[in-house]
Amino acid sequence: MGKELSIYVHIPFCQKKCLYCDFLSFRANREQIRDYFTALRKELISASRDYSGYRVISVFFGGGTPSFPEAGEVCETLDLISQCFDVSKDAEISLEVNPASAIFDKLCRYRQGGFNRISIGAQSLDDKELKALGRLHDSETFLETYGNARRAGFQNINVDLMSALPGQDTASYLQSLKGVLELEPEHISAYSLIVEEGTPFFEMDLDLPGEDEDRLMYHETKRILKEHGYHRYEISNYARSAIYECRHNKVYWKRGNYLGVGLGASSMVENTRWSNVCDIHKYIEMSGSDGIRENLQRLTTNAQMEEFMFLGLRLVEGISVKSFEREFGRDIFGVYGDVIDRYKRSGHLRLEKDMLSLTDEGLDVSNTVMADFLLDDG
Amino acid sequence: MDQSKIRNFCIVAHIDHGKSTLADRMIEKTGVLTMREMQNQVLDNMDIERERGITIKSQAVRMIYKASDGQEYTFNMIDTPGHVDFGYEVSRSLAACDGAILVVDATQGVEAQTLANVYMALDHDLDVFPVINKIDLASAQPDETKEEIEDVIGIEAHDAPLISAKNGIGIEDVLEAVVKRIPAPKGDPDAPLKSLIFDSIYDSYRGVIVFIRVFDGTIKKGMKVRFMATSAEAEVVEVGYFGPGRFIPGDELGAGDVGYFTASIKNIKDSRVGDTVTDSERPCSEALPGYKKVMPMVYCGLYPADSAHYSDLRDALEKLQLNDASLFYEPETSQALGFGFRAGFLGLLHLEVVQERLEREYDLNLVTTAPSVVYKVHKTDGEVIDLTNPTNLPDPSEIEYMEEPIVSGEIMVTTDYVGAIMQLCQERRGRYLSTDYIEQTRAILKYELPLNEIIYDFFDALKSRSRGYASFDYELKGYERSELVKLDILINREEVDALSFIVHKDGAYERGRKMCEKLKEEIPRHLFEIPIQAAVAGKIIARETVKAYRKDVLAKCYGGDITRKKKLLEKQKEGKKKMRQIGNVEVPQSAFLSVLKLDNVD
Repeated sequence: MGKELSIYVHIPFCQKKCLYCDFLSFRANREQIRDYFTALRKELISASRDYSGYRVISVFFGGGTPSFPEAGEVCETLDLISQCFDVSKDAEISLEVNPASAIFDKLCRYRQGGFNRISIGAQSLDDKELKALGRLHDSETFLETYGNARRAGFQNINVDLMSALPGQDTASYLQSLKGVLELEPEHISAYSLIVEEGTPFFEMDLDLPGEDEDRLMYHETKRILKEHGYHRYEISNYARSAIYECRHNKVYWKRGNYLGVGLGASSMVENTRWSNVCDIHKYIEMSGSDGIRENLQRLTTNAQMEEFMFLGLRLVEGISVKSFEREFGRDIFGVYGDVIDRYKRSGHLRLEKDMLSLTDEGLDVSNTVMADFLLDDG
Repeated sequence: MDQSKIRNFCIVAHIDHGKSTLADRMIEKTGVLTMREMQNQVLDNMDIERERGITIKSQAVRMIYKASDGQEYTFNMIDTPGHVDFGYEVSRSLAACDGAILVVDATQGVEAQTLANVYMALDHDLDVFPVINKIDLASAQPDETKEEIEDVIGIEAHDAPLISAKNGIGIEDVLEAVVKRIPAPKGDPDAPLKSLIFDSIYDSYRGVIVFIRVFDGTIKKGMKVRFMATSAEAEVVEVGYFGPGRFIPGDELGAGDVGYFTASIKNIKDSRVGDTVTDSERPCSEALPGYKKVMPMVYCGLYPADSAHYSDLRDALEKLQLNDASLFYEPETSQALGFGFRAGFLGLLHLEVVQERLEREYDLNLVTTAPSVVYKVHKTDGEVIDLTNPTNLPDPSEIEYMEEPIVSGEIMVTTDYVGAIMQLCQERRGRYLSTDYIEQTRAILKYELPLNEIIYDFFDALKSRSRGYASFDYELKGYERSELVKLDILINREEVDALSFIVHKDGAYERGRKMCEKLKEEIPRHLFEIPIQAAVAGKIIARETVKAYRKDVLAKCYGGDITRKKKLLEKQKEGKKKMRQIGNVEVPQSAFLSVLKLDNVD
């Protein structure tokens, strides 16, 4: 039995929603949170029956704010996963935490409960910028949380940083970046703010950095992180060494099997995608049955090939020409020859031995390149 | 039918003076139509007309009216367009009538186009009687309007019906006036059939439906008829009258009647508007004079956005031409746009109408190139060519000189705006002729203007600079020598033939600069820098740059929600599909259209 599985657990609660956030999250009272975790456990028990032959290589608790509910709820859920699924001994088990809610005591309990990786949503170390984002924490709280995580025994820590924030300039951004680097986290996620429709930011008149400034921040990030020994393995992710690359996220890009549990969570197992309902009442009521699953889609070969390309190319190492052929029984150049040629000539793609990957210029404009890998009837 | 009980007439008016509304009211009053059948505006059955509030295609409707003398009369009302561009269509409708109702808005008075339309009706020997509309409005000045009609147009107006078409006031008076003031037809019922085609439409079941006015003789089912200009012959399958919005079959159409016939005519070219239809067995000795042939004034290229739809475009143009004889087209090829057509129009509005009809009625996606007038190019070898496509301009070394069409224009405007309008005409290279004050507050400005200065947005500019008070009419005067140059546009150093343009040399720089600016806004950023240049005779006179697109935002791809990511990429790909590939640059269709509207004043 060589089948592998990753599990994503969605915790949709936040003490307060950030102004830019368009993820599925909201405030809730104790009772609602308790009911949710009960439903979550029901779903896990029911789902586990379908995965008896799978070995779990990573578990990721994301949100929302997984550190917002009591640590006991989260740890019990992880316990249940260990009981119902075949979780590998060396599995990567991550938890996202918000500096405002992750006190030392909680962090200790997570560590003892089996979590071995923590992802801290710092976003910035500039208090003005944090306030503008509507975050509840300030830079001092973040630093304290980080120290607490280390003291609690976490040896694999990620810090999330954002650029292109309102009121941000290159100097203030680099200040944040340097502050994070001094802590020497194992992993850094650096991505830019996207003002999404439906968020308060969309309605606001924001003082966003200009295009040139944004580009400068982005290039400085690459340069400085490289200088400090971090390698970029994915468009917006950097690790201090290969063993700290986030295994869970790489499953998404490499199209491994993953089961998403909880409200609105997405899954893909054996080329079938689905997601859970986004209505919490429905979820709580029907958890444990198939009634919570929707958008079930068996991927066509074309859709699989498209995903193989646009997900795989997010990884800096790129995609393997041989594994494309192995997976689809077709030559990659037979399917994508024209696009590959065009972007090779323009310097956005490179082919080295078996690996086709985006160049630095290609990574800069990845969406433009990836869009051309969509097939007409995908 | 007794010809003395028939009245064939049309309504002429300036845009917005209420012609269509009056037509609706008359149809209601004559009771041919139930209220349920009544669309908002019965005669304007095309969407585009309704939106613009103007009537473009001529159509006819028959009404039965019981007059105060106790007799029943048959009215055939033939609708006419109200815009100066459609003078040709007005002309063909008028030829089928014996009289005309002139509608004048009591709040606006006589306008330039009112004059033009009335003169055209008088040219066709029609009896014209005026109707004063919108008398219920507070700003109505019916007495002044009557006086103005008598002074300016020179037709009797003292007993003109005072009406409000909108509110149904005075409609009965109009109907009575039709009986009394429109002459009855005086055809010879026993003579050989002589009838005039004033319109036709294509129906996929019945073939061509031919709209005719019978002058002499009778046309009936089973009869063999001949189209005199094309010599085509056909057997009549159906004859009938025009009900409101539908056809009412009958047995025959006699002298003086207006109606339609079908004859399983599949080849739409056989039945030309303006042709005379006669009896094959007993043909009339000579054809009717037909309509004045009108030459297209404005040309542009029409291309399918997707080159696979070339033949669809050809079929659509063929069908449109059937009931728009003034539309001219021939195939042409563009390096930038592939296979398409060079089409000729009566004016810019006509162009827009055709374009919209092609898009709406035939569901086509079009790219239209910059419109051009017809220039005369005198070559050094003595040859003179009519240039309808700027791309075909010979090398400057082979050109002796060029001529451009000039129009005589009359602008009627309230005295407050005379200054502003004179300035506009000056900017458009107008030559001032005279100012005539028709009353204290209104003047007619006479100018000679190059046609290429007025085909784009002159009407819009006129309206905005006179707050809507100016009206304009023009006719072609002739050709004059002019210093003209070809302005070329280069996108990423490649000349785009579809954007080439003939322009007066003094305006070349300004135009080139504006076109570059506009294109810069329209062309999306690519992965490389794109220079947009304007050139005259190979010399660059203006340049803009579309900066390279160098960075995407780094989205957090969260929790394995791939569907969302894919949707984003799909949207990006969809956007590319709506573009035209020029070299390695994707140019949106809107870019070709945007350069037509450069002169947005103010």
